Amino acid sequence: MASNGIRDRVAIVGMGCTPFGEHWGRSIDDLLIDAVKECVGSVDGFEQDTVDAYWLGTMGSGTSGMTLSRPLKVDRPVTRVENYCATGSEAVRNAAYAVASGAYDCVMAVGGEKLKDSGFSGLVVPPASNDGTASEPSAPAMFSLLAPAYCQRYGVSEEQLKEVLTRIAWKNHKNGARNSRAQFRSEVSMEKIAASPIVAGQLGIFDCSGVADGAAAALIVRAEDAHRYTDKPMYIKGLSFVSGAAQGPVDPGYDFTSFGEVVMSAKDAYRQAGIEDPRRQLSLAEVHDCFTPTELVLMEDLGFSERGEGWKDVQAGTFDLDGELPVNPDGGLKSFGHPIGASGLRMLFECWSQFRGEAGDRQLERPELGLTHNLGGSPGACVSFVSVVGSELDV
Amino acid sequence: MNGIVSYGAYLPRHRLDRAAIRKTLGQGGGRGTRSVAGYDEDTTSMAVEAARRARWGASFAPASLQFATTAPAYADKTNANAIHAALGLAPEVFADDHASAVRSAIGALRAAAADGGLAVLADVRLGRPGSADEAGGGDGAAAFLFGSGDDVVAEIVGRASVTAEFLDRWRTPGQTASSTWEERFGLGEYLPLAQQAAQRALAAAGVERPDHVVVASSHGRVARTVAKSFGDAATDRLEPVAGNLGAAHLGVQLVDALDRAQPGETVLALSVADGADAFLLRVTDAIARRPSGQGVVDQLALAADVDYATFLTWRGGLDREPPRRPDPVRYEAPPAARAAAWKFGFVGSRCQQCERMHVPPQRVCAGCGATDLMTAESLADVEGTIATYAVDRLAYSLSPPTVTVAVDFDGGGRFSCELTDGDPSAVAVGGRVEMTFRRMYSAQGVHNYFWKARPVVAAPTADEPALAAATAKEL
Repeated sequence: MASNGIRDRVAIVGMGCTPFGEHWGRSIDDLLIDAVKECVGSVDGFEQDTVDAYWLGTMGSGTSGMTLSRPLKVDRPVTRVENYCATGSEAVRNAAYAVASGAYDCVMAVGGEKLKDSGFSGLVVPPASNDGTASEPSAPAMFSLLAPAYCQRYGVSEEQLKEVLTRIAWKNHKNGARNSRAQFRSEVSMEKIAASPIVAGQLGIFDCSGVADGAAAALIVRAEDAHRYTDKPMYIKGLSFVSGAAQGPVDPGYDFTSFGEVVMSAKDAYRQAGIEDPRRQLSLAEVHDCFTPTELVLMEDLGFSERGEGWKDVQAGTFDLDGELPVNPDGGLKSFGHPIGASGLRMLFECWSQFRGEAGDRQLERPELGLTHNLGGSPGACVSFVSVVGSELDV
Repeated sequence: MNGIVSYGAYLPRHRLDRAAIRKTLGQGGGRGTRSVAGYDEDTTSMAVEAARRARWGASFAPASLQFATTAPAYADKTNANAIHAALGLAPEVFADDHASAVRSAIGALRAAAADGGLAVLADVRLGRPGSADEAGGGDGAAAFLFGSGDDVVAEIVGRASVTAEFLDRWRTPGQTASSTWEERFGLGEYLPLAQQAAQRALAAAGVERPDHVVVASSHGRVARTVAKSFGDAATDRLEPVAGNLGAAHLGVQLVDALDRAQPGETVLALSVADGADAFLLRVTDAIARRPSGQGVVDQLALAADVDYATFLTWRGGLDREPPRRPDPVRYEAPPAARAAAWKFGFVGSRCQQCERMHVPPQRVCAGCGATDLMTAESLADVEGTIATYAVDRLAYSLSPPTVTVAVDFDGGGRFSCELTDGDPSAVAVGGRVEMTFRRMYSAQGVHNYFWKARPVVAAPTADEPALAAATAKEL
């Protein structure tokens, strides 16, 4: 897979992120307005009118660019994008490319989702017209397939794996407890996590991310212009996206212990960003922990752990807030829930906050490189996004 | 020589203990069990399963498809067409429904016998909670392919019908429960009709005492009384454990009788419903071709208990709290029509270049990238192995939890689908499954038929004497 990348050509110079949660009193319009206005306000003296174009990521909270232009009364190009659970990241990727191409000087990527209005448990994706033959297991059921497959391939017992998955949920809740924007802001004991009612396969309720409303926005300009907006810009080092051939569920060779799409997109993003040893070079990683086994498998697919060793690294605390490579320091999907269009931008917001020293109780020491990752779909059939961002320009 | 060329029966795995009804309601029930169609089965899906078990003849090329039931899944739309599609029959093959009355089964048999067609008889029998029909009914299906020449395993040597109009059992369209007149009135009306039809059919072939007799009636006591008059030749082995299968009862019993009959023996099939209809069959040497292990006794031996509350839920008698998930939506007609071979026949595609098997069918090969170099291939009759599975407590189902399995088919191809007829706690990687045609769900009045996997269960060696003894005791 070939890509040229736009390393250090584009920078994020302002951001906004609403609290995520059950916003019964606020519409998608309200959330988008709040995120955009916070983003505009994050740059001293910045006028929203300066924004040349917008990209809006939302899976189901509206169609067309008018979902954004109508509430905000803007009169600009607004491109609405959708790419499953990577929708928010997809808005950023396309907005960044538009700036890098020279088409625009200043653009904004916005993502938002109003999930709680549906009244349903879990995520609901409206089906395209179909012949009624696709099986429709729930998302936890599809991702639960990772757990027994991992056990079988690496000789890990079901009990051992349960401890590992429990620790992942415990760690993310612990981080989220230190984040005022998170949906769930309290620590949860391992006993409580381990004893939560089973939803699908071996996954209990605490192995699943929540359902929340939220929105976030990023202001994107050329890197050379960045310091006109802020002293602490965040530079885009690599952006990669892979839409898989989706053959896992119908390929007898697929064993449910890896996301091939993630491996490919990570490799591509690392090459663009010049990263050779992600575990050592990255200061933090925000990954798509839709379910606890997803995060475990991602540690290996993203190259943070050797194959079959991820579970040991989790247990050793490697990915804790004070570990070697903090993963989901903001609390992850686990603490934030997953308003589809907003999640990717929320992950970038954590990198942004960390680089600027604004992460409060979660602040890491001198972070320089961060990774964000989304996947959408199910094991063997998904889209994957990986970005690498940094606080400094590489010389 | 004209007659039956091959045949098959289908009985759902589920059994309701009739005593459970009385235990819950304080009324109704009885001894023995009744067969219960799964929550994902109806007369159309069971008809497909019965027809699939009738394909052991020298060839399977029915000239027509004649479907009979008292419980059609659709009105105004021919239910036989879904069966036709599931069997992959040629478009030239005529398909039609004979619906609404128990006697419709005779219409299907006569029509199929006339043109070398396939008669498929299926029923789901309902009754009000606590009623005799609820406890005494049963669900199941049978199929008979007719033809001529050396392939005939049971030649039709006599046939007679008597028609009479009187009010014994009735139901208006839209109702689920039937009404009946006083039992003794029907008994008095029916007995002479049954005798007349039987005698005429026997006389036509010059047979005095048939070796086997199967009697089915919409009037339970009539069936027992008529059967008794033939002595041991006419034991209903089905009713005590499966119930009266309505339009399928004569057929399923006939399958069982043909499975036991020896060359040269005669079988009298007598239906007493809105008149009386008799077929006299003489079994030929070709019966040696009949397969073993898939007969009525074999399927009866695979019983799985279902409790009364579950039975009521499955049949729509208990409107239970659904999960907080969207209701299923109906499929769209154009995509289903485009994919009819896949949806109804489980036809995938195999790459002509690298032989990779694709389910659902693909135009571009996932193995070698070849485009439009595929050969259609059905995996409906191919067994497979469970590669992985998940028990799902969140997905919508009338019978939660659902089990999703990834199946690796023998000879290639993987498909992820729902597992049915299995105990969720007994599913295991490496387990063997076969495909079965089911009604996935109904939404906005549209029934969504497709295929599910179900565990391959080796039929316990059917203990014939023990079953006969149990049957005799129940009677």
